[in-house]
Amino acid sequence: MSNKIVLGYDDSEAAKTALAFAVGLAKAQGAELVIAHVLEWSPYSFLTPEEIGERHKRRGEELKRAEEAVLAPVRKSLEDSGLTVSTELKYGHIAETLCDVIKQSGASHVIIGRTGHSALSSRLFGSVAGSLAQAAPVPVTIVP
Amino acid sequence: MRKSIKAAALSAPLLLAATAPAMAQSVDERVNELFASSTGWFVNLIFSPFPGTSFPWIVAWLVVAATVFTVYFGLIQFRAFPHSISLVKGDYSDPNDAGEVSHFQALATALSGTVGLGNIAGVAVAVGIGGPGATFWMILAGLMGMASKFTECTLGVKYRNEFADGHVSGGPMYYMTKGFAERGLPMGKFLAVLFSVFCILGAFGGGNMFQANQAHAQISGVVGDYPGWITGVVFAAVVFAVIVGGLKSIARVTEKVVPFMGVVYVAAALVILAMNADKIGWAFGQIFEGAFTGAGVAGGMVGALIQGFKRAAFSNEAGVGSAAIAHSAVKTKEPITEGFVSLLEPFIDTVVICTMTALVIIITGQLIQDPATGLYLLDEGASTIQTVDGNKGVALTSAAFSSAFGWFQYVLALAVILFAFSTMISWSYYGLKAWTFLFGEGQTTELVFKVIFCIFVVIGAAANLGPVIDFSDAAIFAMAVVNIIALYFLMPVVKKELNSYMARLKSGEIKKFG
Repeated sequence: MSNKIVLGYDDSEAAKTALAFAVGLAKAQGAELVIAHVLEWSPYSFLTPEEIGERHKRRGEELKRAEEAVLAPVRKSLEDSGLTVSTELKYGHIAETLCDVIKQSGASHVIIGRTGHSALSSRLFGSVAGSLAQAAPVPVTIVP
Repeated sequence: MRKSIKAAALSAPLLLAATAPAMAQSVDERVNELFASSTGWFVNLIFSPFPGTSFPWIVAWLVVAATVFTVYFGLIQFRAFPHSISLVKGDYSDPNDAGEVSHFQALATALSGTVGLGNIAGVAVAVGIGGPGATFWMILAGLMGMASKFTECTLGVKYRNEFADGHVSGGPMYYMTKGFAERGLPMGKFLAVLFSVFCILGAFGGGNMFQANQAHAQISGVVGDYPGWITGVVFAAVVFAVIVGGLKSIARVTEKVVPFMGVVYVAAALVILAMNADKIGWAFGQIFEGAFTGAGVAGGMVGALIQGFKRAAFSNEAGVGSAAIAHSAVKTKEPITEGFVSLLEPFIDTVVICTMTALVIIITGQLIQDPATGLYLLDEGASTIQTVDGNKGVALTSAAFSSAFGWFQYVLALAVILFAFSTMISWSYYGLKAWTFLFGEGQTTELVFKVIFCIFVVIGAAANLGPVIDFSDAAIFAMAVVNIIALYFLMPVVKKELNSYMARLKSGEIKKFG
């Protein structure tokens, strides 16, 4: 069993709480932390011709922004923590893509923050944490 | 034919016009006259028949091209069909490319540019003139057109321009210049310029005026007659907001609603067919009989064939070159894969959707037959078939659907407006790409094009159907003249790509992900 923990991360408050929890756990277990940020994307969405023409350019910009605004600050904040940290930046359905990251990294645990959706919207659209709990191949910790 | 204004039926912004009906009518008439007289020569040139016949050379041009591509690529539209579906599903897409334009997205966007009034109004024009038999030729043209589309879209991706900042421009003008240069052929630049000019005209015509015109016909059919320029101004304002003002939200909403409307349209057609299940056999009988005998329509069998082929080409744009612009931004290492995906476009557009429209019109008995002989009755001019209430164009389709569900005319009106709008947005992009190819990229040159585009929306809504449809066809077919010449010269390039890809697919070098 590998000793890796995947953290599903965006820059929300819930994700920051989850980060703190994950860091504590990783330290206690001597585990490696894989911080994954997923940009919501469906290959079956509809775009205008103009958006299609500019998609490749926009994708580059989105990846750069996510790297700079989301992942780089976290990596920096964990620099002196003594933890082995790696980051993953991907496009896709959030829960499914996190599952792919888990499989590829061979992690044994996934942690995610619970975002404060209302009961109704979670019921209608599902929540990322909920879908992950259903689909993940490893134990899931949902941090409130 | 314009009736007096039913002010009561008009919504608030339209009331403005009711104060000056006389002036408004004359504006429409003047626009129409001016338009018809200034475009007549162009229309005559494109649609001139072979000497001594009534068969327009341009129709033969398209049919011959589609046949050549079908034979040259060994019935690629049937051979590659399952693989095309697999590509659209994303079976062969690298997950690491997520966030780039997928095959599905390229296809969906290209379709929202082609599925539109051609499928609703164009088909009605075809069966209104050519009789049910036109449907047969339309389906055949759709099947053959798949090979043309395959050829042009492969080339569109292969020779696209990828700029340093990451945006992509592709289309016939790029394969004409780069492809011809690569093969050491002369005249590439000349063809590209000619194509661009026609593409701009096509964008103003079929991609714009025809849409505005038929959207107006549909709206006035529901709320009562009023001057066309009012619809034109409203449409132009919204189009302006999107293409100049960058109001992407409207475009995005349309892009999402259009596929939904397409599904609703086909579903409604299927329900009507199911309700008249006993007549489906008869309808196909009419289609086959009409296809080979003409069944008394104007121009006989040739008339049916011309109408079928014309409207199919106008609807699915195979060989026209517009799709090569739309498909060129897809993320793929193999240009041929987009060719495979694009061949589904004429299938969905023509073989499925257009056929639905035609069947509904025929089955609901919109075309009046002589009860004694079973032949279709012609109107006084002997050029079109008599219809219930004298409907033609989009009004004929509307009447056919409404005869089953009274409320469907409102759904159809909404669909027509949205289809017209999304087609306009697509064509404004195609026209713009041709425009910037000619005049260079830059905000001012782009703005000039966009403003002219909006002006044509108003002209299109105000003019009568006849001259608008003639000019729209002529401009779009003029694109096909130039594009197909280029395709003939470049088809060996596609053949090479095809053979190499097929070999690697067979050997397992190209395989599914996941």
